[in-house]
Amino acid sequence: MSALTPELERKLGMAVERMPAFPRSVQKILELTRNINCLPKELVAVIEKDPVMTVKILKVINSAYYSLPSKITSVSQSVVYLGINTIKNLALGFAAVGILPRMNAAGFDIQRYLLHSLVVAGVARQLATQFAKSEADPGDCYIAGLLHDFGKVVFAQFLAEEFRNVLEVSAVEGLPLNAAEERVIGVDHGVVGALLAKRWAFPEHLVNCIRDHHHADAAPSAMMDCLRMADQIVRLREIGDSGNPWRETEAVAAPGRFGDDIMATVNAISGSLDKIVEDAQMFAQVGSEK
Amino acid sequence: MKVRFWGVRGSIPSPGQHTQRYGGNTTCIEVRSDDNSLIVLDAGTGVFPLAQELLRQMPVKANIFITHSHWDHIHGLPFFTPLYIPGNSVRIHGAYDVVSGRGPDQVMEVQLQYSYFPVREAEMKAGIEYETLSINEPVPVGDATVTPLLLNHPVVNLGYRIECNGKSVFFTGDHEPWLNIYAPEDEGYAEFQQMVDMQQGQLDAALKGLDVLIADSSYTAAEYPTKIGWGHGTLEGNIAWARRLGVKKLVCTHHEPTRSDDQLEQAFAAALASSDYEPGKPGEPEIMLSREGLEIVL
Repeated sequence: MSALTPELERKLGMAVERMPAFPRSVQKILELTRNINCLPKELVAVIEKDPVMTVKILKVINSAYYSLPSKITSVSQSVVYLGINTIKNLALGFAAVGILPRMNAAGFDIQRYLLHSLVVAGVARQLATQFAKSEADPGDCYIAGLLHDFGKVVFAQFLAEEFRNVLEVSAVEGLPLNAAEERVIGVDHGVVGALLAKRWAFPEHLVNCIRDHHHADAAPSAMMDCLRMADQIVRLREIGDSGNPWRETEAVAAPGRFGDDIMATVNAISGSLDKIVEDAQMFAQVGSEK
Repeated sequence: MKVRFWGVRGSIPSPGQHTQRYGGNTTCIEVRSDDNSLIVLDAGTGVFPLAQELLRQMPVKANIFITHSHWDHIHGLPFFTPLYIPGNSVRIHGAYDVVSGRGPDQVMEVQLQYSYFPVREAEMKAGIEYETLSINEPVPVGDATVTPLLLNHPVVNLGYRIECNGKSVFFTGDHEPWLNIYAPEDEGYAEFQQMVDMQQGQLDAALKGLDVLIADSSYTAAEYPTKIGWGHGTLEGNIAWARRLGVKKLVCTHHEPTRSDDQLEQAFAAALASSDYEPGKPGEPEIMLSREGLEIVL
């Protein structure tokens, strides 16, 4: 695994500060906050579906200023500390930056990326509840799912030409996306996502999970198991687009926990899966694709 | 340590015949440590009569601690006359506001904009310093220490615990006890409640051994349901809190600007009655309303 130059890491970190959020959440935040009595839980529901807004809130709450005894991974917990009005005003600030354009010079569709991330988040949370009770926090697994591919949006926005090249190499050569990223950019999206997450003082287990989700030899954890399995299920079912399709040759993640028949795991969560997908489609404004 | 109230009203100054007994000035509390170091909690309009008193005690060395930047806690600041006199020193402490990304220096800057106030900060001749506080990190002032604690209000609000030679007083600034944003039937309710309880538990732990609690008691319990989320506490809620903490004295402050002295006393009496308050009973705190001129010696 190669590393980014400190200069590029710094540039990307600063770029993300000015990165606009997803169109649907910007629209919803503006809509909700027009009503002085808008329900705090509705604001939270919007923010926690947007990777950009979530990253920005977690960055504030985990900053040295609050010097909290333990790191925070959830938007609702941030509400307890910061107060809903501060959260609302931060969200309005994020909304004022503008909206992330659906298409970028890299040709990476951010709406379908959002759908992928939302479903992975929901599925990872569900898997934690059903398969890793008391080993992994379902809320942590949700955040890991929502942010695991954050590095890709960063690439698409700020290293667009290189990332376009990555997507092409991966498609033409049938190479996993992370391998193509390593070849073209020098690092994969997990490493970049983790570098940024570390820079923003996110909790270590979340940083590790983001960094290593494509590295089979990384230290195992229940959270990682749930994230990888969720990612595979979502790619297998072709929901959204992470730029990295499921390939038949891909080894099934965490067979020790889930067995080696991925369909058995899909069936075990099928009751929740449809609802997760439906909610995510509604939010990402991407209709059924099959 | 001595505590003196110069402004006790919430939201907006409320002078007039109906507020003469308790006073109409907005929040300002003077605290003198045992070595007479001056700590000023908030600079509502009550800071102006305090300033006039201080002019008799020159040179002034004041440490102003702003709980939060809402008008009623800062609008007396440009009228804090010691700011204009060379030889005085004024240190203004306050929170870092995550929304604006600024510290307490922003408070004066906003107030002294040309269209709103005739004097520029450069024309104020006292030594003025600003200090952005870190949550939970004590600041020494003379023989006292002031510890800022993060409370709950629509803008970042710090409560201050002042400790001096074994005696302690805590002022909430504006504070509404944390509450669950979910309804009991919602999925996130239990988890959020756990976080709320933890937060309250941390505050209570930080207030262990407290002697005097000065708390935002804007509303009555009956008024509260229509004021949820406005960032203020209730008389009844603070009576229960003071008992839970085991403090010796509770001073209820930040009186509603629309309440006359009589109405304030009625609301207070009703809250005491509904809480089955028995003054003088062992373990029961002494409970009182703040009023301008009230002095407490610890």
